[in-house]
This record gives sequence, C-alpha cells and structure tokens, in this order.
Amino acid sequence: MSSTIINVLMVGVGGQGTLLASEILSEALKQAGFDVKKSEIHGMSQRGGSVVSHVRFGKEVQSPIIPEGEADILLGFELLESYRYLPLLKKGGKVVVNDLKINPSIVSTGREPYPAGLVDKIRESFPDCVVLDGVELANSAGSPKAANTVLIGALSKQLDIDEKFWLAAIEKMAPSKALEINKKAFYLGRNGA
Amino acid sequence: MKEILSGNEAIARGAFEAGVKVASAYPGTPSTEILENIIQYKDIDASWAPNEKVALEVGIGASFGGGRALVTMKHVGVNVAADPLFTLSYTGVNGGLVLVSADDPEMHSSQNEQDNRNYAKFAKVPMLESADSQECKDFTKLAFAISEQFDTPVMLRTTTRTSHGKSIVTLEEPVAGLPVPKLTRNAAKFVMLPSNARVRHPFIEERTLKLQQYANTLTINRMELRDRSIGVITSGIPYQYVREVLPEASVLKLGMVYPLPDKLIREFAGKVEKLYIVEELDPFIEEQVKAMGVEVIGKEIIPICGELTPGILRKAFKLPEPARSRVDILPGRPPNMCPGCPHRGIFYTLNQLKAYVMGDIGCYTLGFLPPLSAMDTCVCMGAGIGNAIGITKVLSTEEQKKVVAVIGDSTFLHSGITGLLDMVYNNVPATVIILDNRITAMTGRQENPASGFTLVGDETFKVDLPQLVRSLGVKNVRIVDPLNIDETKQVLQEEMERPEPSVVITRRPCVLIKREGVYENGAGVKVDIELCAGCKACLKLGCPAIIWQADGKKGKAFIDPQLCTGCNVCEQVCKLNAIEAKK
Ligand code: SF4
Ligand code: SF4
Repeated sequence: MSSTIINVLMVGVGGQGTLLASEILSEALKQAGFDVKKSEIHGMSQRGGSVVSHVRFGKEVQSPIIPEGEADILLGFELLESYRYLPLLKKGGKVVVNDLKINPSIVSTGREPYPAGLVDKIRESFPDCVVLDGVELANSAGSPKAANTVLIGALSKQLDIDEKFWLAAIEKMAPSKALEINKKAFYLGRNGA
Repeated sequence: MKEILSGNEAIARGAFEAGVKVASAYPGTPSTEILENIIQYKDIDASWAPNEKVALEVGIGASFGGGRALVTMKHVGVNVAADPLFTLSYTGVNGGLVLVSADDPEMHSSQNEQDNRNYAKFAKVPMLESADSQECKDFTKLAFAISEQFDTPVMLRTTTRTSHGKSIVTLEEPVAGLPVPKLTRNAAKFVMLPSNARVRHPFIEERTLKLQQYANTLTINRMELRDRSIGVITSGIPYQYVREVLPEASVLKLGMVYPLPDKLIREFAGKVEKLYIVEELDPFIEEQVKAMGVEVIGKEIIPICGELTPGILRKAFKLPEPARSRVDILPGRPPNMCPGCPHRGIFYTLNQLKAYVMGDIGCYTLGFLPPLSAMDTCVCMGAGIGNAIGITKVLSTEEQKKVVAVIGDSTFLHSGITGLLDMVYNNVPATVIILDNRITAMTGRQENPASGFTLVGDETFKVDLPQLVRSLGVKNVRIVDPLNIDETKQVLQEEMERPEPSVVITRRPCVLIKREGVYENGAGVKVDIELCAGCKACLKLGCPAIIWQADGKKGKAFIDPQLCTGCNVCEQVCKLNAIEAKK
C-alpha cells in the first residue's frame, strides 16, 4: 500500500526555514496533482529546538506522519539532526544533507562535544548520500537565508515532478522581495546535487 | 478551489463558511492559529480574551443574541472555561456555538495530556472529532448546524496532529440566509437560577438521547466494510493510522465521539469477527462500548500514554517492522530562550540568589533548564502566585524569604490577578515578579491587554501594570530593567527580605517584537581573547550566542555576531571585562 506513497522527511534546527521548505514542497506537489499530507513537530515556539517535518504524497495519503522506517528521502538542514533521524529512513533510502553544524546548547556551553565524523557515519548506511554546502551556495545566490531553497533545489533532483511546479510553488510561498534570489538558489541546489 | 490548509486554518475557513459572527480565544498551542487566521474574514469580529473563561462567556453572549460564535482554546484552557461551559450546556444556545478544544497528546507543548472527550460526556454536550483538514472545515460547519438543531453548544476536538498537520481542502462559499442577531428575552432559558435550571436538566438528558439517535444516522459516523476478520472502531487522527497499517480491516469511523451511535456500534460488532478499538489517550469509546456489553480489545494492546503512531499500531497488531538503521546516542537539542531574551537576566539572578522559584506557563518556563536552572515548580496558568502563598504559609520566616513567584504579563492578566489579590488580602509576605515583555511570547507573540494592540492590530488601551497592582493593594511595587543585572539583583534582594507582600515588574520587550526597537543597542558585543581567562562565568547565562571554544584543556568564549542582539548582559557578568561592546 505504502509503495504508492512517497515520504519525505525534512529535519533541521528552529530558525533555518525548514518549515517554509516543507510548505514549498507541499505546494509543488499539490500543483502537480498529488494528494499531500504534511505534519511537523517544532518544540515550543522558540528558536534552536530540533524541527521535523513529514511530507507524504501519492494518489491518496492516509496518515500525516511517516511510519517509522518508511521515509524514502531525508532532507537534512543540519548534520547532527540529519544523523539523529536516520532510523526513520528505509533501507536504501536517499539522503541529501546540508554540510552545516549548529551547536545545541549543551555543546556551545562546553559540556559535551559536537559528535565528530557525522558525514562518514551517514555514508556508512547510505553510501550515495548527497552532501552540499547550502549556506555557501545561498551566498552566491545573494543571501545566506536562501539556504533552504538551495536544499529544495537539491531535493527536486530526487523527485519526479515537473520543474514548473517547483517554480510556481516558490513564487507562491517565498517572500516577494527575495523571489529572484530564491529562484537562483533553487537552480544552484538543483544543479549542484 | 483547493488549498493546502492546516487543521487550524481549515477551522477558520469553516467558521467563515458557516457565517460566524463572533470569535474569541486565548492563545494556546496547538489552537492559536485558528484566530490568527480568522481575521482575514472581515465579517467576523475576532478578539483575544484575557483567558478562556472570558472567551467562552463572550461567545455565549453572541449566541444568546442570535449570532453564531466560535470559541477556541487548548485542552487545558477548557479547564479554565469549564465553569460557564457546564451551565451553557443547560441554557443551550440561540445562535450556534462551537467550542474547539485542541488537545495535545504527547505534550508537545503542554503540561499534561488530558483527554477532553471526557469533558463532552461530563458537560453532556455533543463532540465531533476531525481526522484531517477537510474534516476540520466540514465538521466546523456541521457543528454549527447541530448546535442550532439540538439547542446545545457543540465541542469540536482536534489534536496537535490535526491542528498543525496540513492537507488538501476544497473551499466553498459561505452559507446565506442566517437570521439577523437581535435581543431576545427568554429568562426561563437564559437565567439559570435553581428553579429554571431544574427544568432544564431533564431537557439535557432528553437532548443526549436524541443526539444519540441522531448519531446513529449521521453520515460522519461511517462503516467501511472490507475484510470481516478484523473490525476497528476509531476516530480522529488514529483513523488515518489504522487505514495506513491495516488497510484491509473493516473500520467504523466515528466523526461524532459523544454521544456514541449505539445501534451502529452493535451493528458493526455483529459484522466482524474480532473487534478492536484504537483511540489515543483514555479508553473513552472503549469503556462505553464495554458498558454496552460488546466485547472489544482496546487498551489491552494500545498504549494509554502519549500519541499513537503507525509504528505503535504495527507493534500492537504484531505486524512485521521494517529494518532500520541505528545511530549513536546524541546530545539533545532542547529549545532555549532567544539571544537577548529579557528573561535571561532575571533567571540568572534568581539562580545566583538561590531563590525558590514558583513558576508559571510561558517562555520563562525555559528558565528551568540548565544552566539557568532557576525554576522549582510549574503547575498551570496563574498557579505560581497561589503556590507561593501556600508555601509561605508553611515555611519558617528564614525560608520564606527565598520564595518568589514569577509570572508573565499575559499570564498575570489571564489568571494571576486573583492570586495576587489573595496575597494582599491575607497579608502573605511573598514576592511576585511580573515579567512584562509586552506580549504573549510563548505561543508566537500574540497581543494581550498589556501590549496595547488587539488581535487585528488596532491600537487600544494598554493596561498600566504598576497601577493595577497598586489598586489591588500592593504597597511595594518596584520596576526594574532585567538587562541591568546589578540593579535587578539589588531590588530582588530587598524585596525578598521585606516581610510584606511585594511586586517587582521587569520591563523589557520580547526581542521578537519588531515594533519595540529592541536592537537599539546596535552592534552587539565581542570577547577580547587577550583578556578572556576561560572562567566560563558567561556560559552560565545559557545564551545561544555565547559559544565555548575548547582548546585543549582550556578554552575561550566566543560571541556569534549573527546571533548577538547586544543586550549586554554577558558584559556585566564577565568579571575580567573581557566582553565589550563593538564599536
Ligand atoms: S520569544 Fe521573546 S520572551 Fe520568548 S524566549 Fe524569545 S525573547 Fe524571550
Ligand atoms: S566570563 Fe569573561 S573571562 Fe570568563 S569565559 Fe566569559 S568572556 Fe571569558
């Protein structure tokens, strides 16, 4: 049954634009004619907590949350969070990660180190994991804030949806002032991945 | 037209399509966005109330006047509104009244996970429960129709998953031809003194029976017959998990969870070999079905605590689980007060003073987390002050001096005023700190009577907190800037020593309110690495902008310029003057 549903898990840290990215994905999917359900958990409303967003699409979607071990793609906005949620991914799933470390408070206050070698650890289970420097690419598009659109671009390579739906979704969801930057960021991610 | 909406957005849309006239609420996760979205529909008069009881009373007034009214709150908010709710069940309505209870299984942002379906049974009002955004919209409209048809308030229950989840919704036009509100006198119905109320009670019992009949015919209670070997009764979001995990099973999907459709349940039970009930939290449906003498399996296999997931159902029904990769144990990432948050300085000071802090609900509840670790209790909105009074009554005079209550501006107006009144009235020598950051920050920065703006953004009268507190009888009222650590510490010490009731108001806006110009300190601060001795004193603030850079056994502090707001609290904490303002 779930073979007809595709599950995308987006994980990151509060304030990174993870939620906006999942809205853009959902909008593109809706425009492409799929049934879409989306669900997220974002601690209280403060910054800095871990953020997880589930997006599921197909002909008809029931549960808004991805059953454990059935995510097809993990789009990670931060390394530690990407690694944390690997168990939700199915064997042979796809991983696209942003090469960025954001210290949780226990690390920034010097009580614990940031775990080392995370990219290698991810590659142990998912050898064809795509790693990109979202902030760097977003900078070259014109703003570090567009890193989430870079990641959407990288994700778009993994999903079979017409380019025009992605662009229409970005136009609808991205702040109008930053539209050109976001489009550029999308293509940098799409071509970089 | 189709849109992707959250459950909350869909309820707002449903209210619009149902011709709602008045909407009132107190913000509370996961219900908050309903009112925030309703303001796009200009025909609805939407406002924040100081608390849920008032919100419901506003709704009741609108309904008595003949207008449809929507009142929304989180599950624990219904506890606050319970007093009018139970009598509203007796009076019934004039214009339809729908009360949304947004429950939070798993306590993603709540202090308990009560199952508010129990309120429907307790207050004897019907309850609908929606399973996705389309149902959120459709059920809102249906709830208004039921409310008017049966002369009853109707509760609509959502859970975090439906409130915040998004799915596709088909939009429709608003209904036409609703009656125009006007004054109607009907004392026998609207004045619940004993002689009138006694007449209404049998009406309520009869209404419940009628609603039960109706539930049997209601199409949102539907039987989906597939393989007959397993039958599942379920409602709300668990329905989706059942469909996901047991796609071949027969299902009785309940859209109305109180009263239950007895005939339909018996009929369904007769059609399947083995009957299960899958519900989140309490065995609410299960106990009623068992009381009907129908044999079912429920909480024997489905957990009673926390939110369900497809994986939990898979385990409960002993289905194979997919292979999963394992990861090492990792540092957690709890939320933290923002860089520059005005609450940080006060909790740092309370920690230094080793105060016993009776806390409350708001961003400042995070003051409990290390390294601030300065909150000792937290029960419910407004409880901190009452708790401080109680504990003061049992402690020695020396220990009494350690006790302080902390409460936010919005929470104080929600339910702290009466606590403070008790403190003054009974002359209890506790200290109350009102953290006035001019907004309801925790739920996402909603306006409140102390912010000076309404829900729709109109400027309005702004409560004068010191004057309000004085008028309650507090003689010792001090105002401090919580970013000034020395001043804050000195004032707190003095007031904690004082053998009389006192109130300290800390005045600084939440850093996330744009209009207050909180970035006036400008460039922020930096660490002079020559002067930094690596003593880690500044790390005790737990500010996300201060980052420890380990270097062998030693290390130095570093301030992330992207995050620093220039609040300058760390500058005051560093005894070596290694932190200085940037030029
Ligand atoms: S939202 Fe405002 S009150 Fe809450 S932690 Fe951030 S700055 Fe503090
Ligand atoms: S308090 Fe001052 S000296 Fe101590 S670690 Fe922080 S910046 Fe360095």
